[in-house]
Amino acid sequence: MGLYKRLTISQKQIVWAWGLLALPILFYVVVRFYPTANAIALSFQEWNLLGSRSWIGFENYTKLFSDPVFWKVFANTFIYLLLGTPTSLVVAFLIAYHLDKLRFMHGTIRALYFLPFMTTAVAMAWVWRWFYQPVPIGVFNNFLATLGIAQIPFLNSTTYALPSVLAPAIWAGLGFQVIIFMAGLRAIPQTYYEAARIDGITTWETLTEITLPLLKPTIVFLVVFSSIGFLRIFDQVFNMTTNDPGGPLNSTKPLVLMIYDTAFNSFDMGYAAAQTVVLFSVLLVVSLVQLRIMRDN
Amino acid sequence: MTAADSLDHNSQMTSLRSAAKRKRSQAQFIRWLLLFTGGIAMVMPIIYMLSTSLKYPFEVYNLNLIPEEPTLDNYRYVLEDGRFFGWFTNSLVIATVTTLCNVLFDSLVGYVLCKYTFPGRYIVFIAILSTLMIPTEMLVIPWYLMSSAFGWLDTYWGIMFPGLMTAFGTFLMKQFFETVPDDFLEAARIDGLNELQIWWTVAMPLVRPALAALAIFVFLGNWTAFIWPLIVTNSQEMYTLPVGLTTFSVEAQVEWELIMTGAAISTIPTLIVFLIFQRYIIRGVVMAGLKG
Repeated sequence: MGLYKRLTISQKQIVWAWGLLALPILFYVVVRFYPTANAIALSFQEWNLLGSRSWIGFENYTKLFSDPVFWKVFANTFIYLLLGTPTSLVVAFLIAYHLDKLRFMHGTIRALYFLPFMTTAVAMAWVWRWFYQPVPIGVFNNFLATLGIAQIPFLNSTTYALPSVLAPAIWAGLGFQVIIFMAGLRAIPQTYYEAARIDGITTWETLTEITLPLLKPTIVFLVVFSSIGFLRIFDQVFNMTTNDPGGPLNSTKPLVLMIYDTAFNSFDMGYAAAQTVVLFSVLLVVSLVQLRIMRDN
Repeated sequence: MTAADSLDHNSQMTSLRSAAKRKRSQAQFIRWLLLFTGGIAMVMPIIYMLSTSLKYPFEVYNLNLIPEEPTLDNYRYVLEDGRFFGWFTNSLVIATVTTLCNVLFDSLVGYVLCKYTFPGRYIVFIAILSTLMIPTEMLVIPWYLMSSAFGWLDTYWGIMFPGLMTAFGTFLMKQFFETVPDDFLEAARIDGLNELQIWWTVAMPLVRPALAALAIFVFLGNWTAFIWPLIVTNSQEMYTLPVGLTTFSVEAQVEWELIMTGAAISTIPTLIVFLIFQRYIIRGVVMAGLKG
């Protein structure tokens, strides 16, 4: 204590800072950094949880890249992204743009769009799964039947299953994007719009020349954020295809489900770790490319 | 121009203006109608879930929204099964403890990184921030190995430990502590408060909205978390609500009214919380989304 009292104010700050940070740093090292290193190391090893870990170099990766299932899964993961991100962003923007101009029942309508964001993905996956059932069970097909339109085998067809699984994910995230878009719209100074009105610019021009360019930071954030979400889709797929996870015929299987299967059903830990490293690389590359493209424009 | 002319001119202008106004209010009505219809469509899955959970099995295939004979039988059945009560408790305990931990530690770390000058500050900040890029899915295998080595599988601690602190929360809190003037802290220091007291009694109350935003995100994230609890739990007693719901629904197979009841039980709490704290939650989401 006597030693502490003799320290200068800035020295005391250093002592306090490191003292307060000690436990959190320990946490980040043990729960984040060490596991990351461990996952990368494991991806160069073979291990089935029981025997010993043996180094096998790049074998997991060569095995993965020559596995047709991996390429199917890889393509699926990107289809989730390429369908999910543009669809949800365009729809969310349209809603936000118009809702922003609406005063009557503004709060109530905003709440209606936001409510799905508060739900549990697992629970809603089951609700949507029920919707997708054939007649006489499923809501959608019953509706089609009353209109006299042919049935759609949503979850049982290799073409429709992936979009069907994606729909609840888009639905649940939409409210968040609407809220963020509206905050972005609010942040645009009214003076720009007044100037545009005086100059006699059309509504469409105002949208493309003022609103969208000034909304760019919001758009960049939402594109990156939602892309990461769609690339990591799991809860919906797992729960909507429990009888044949990732099916039919792997048509809905994303990378995270493949990782889960390899690690916790086949116990091929090294092979699964290699897949997680691929997932990490994909997320990193996609985020960086998106940031680069959108900063350039 | 006579007075009569000018009057005529004025009334013409007024009628022109009111025509434009009428057109605008028509457009506004169409806008309202479309947005309202869309909003109703958005909550339909939730409404259908609730309505079906109140139906007898024979009525499930009728798509009527209001059950002809509403019944709580499904809830009685699901709750008498007993497991849901345990899963609910597990989820509540885990989400609450994790939220408290995040509020405490993320704000402490954010505060130190924001308000203290010390060698290594930048490196610590970048190191913590860099963990944002590592997806959970990359860490679940090492976490599993760690948990099995230390006997954490199938325990509350095992489910909770990966989420006790987050880089997202730390970054969010650091951003908000920037708005707290250093003079306040200096004044408290002169008053003889120690550093922990300054953080807790001076700085923390000033960032209360940010704490609320963080708490909402962390709680919701842990309440709905699926993949890690699925991996780390083995026995049904330790399942969280989402994992339990998966198991329950697979067992129930085609008894959709029971599945909808289980889904409703895991969704209703967050919906109620949202309806009560709507304004704060939306503000919090915006804050966390834009600053985080």
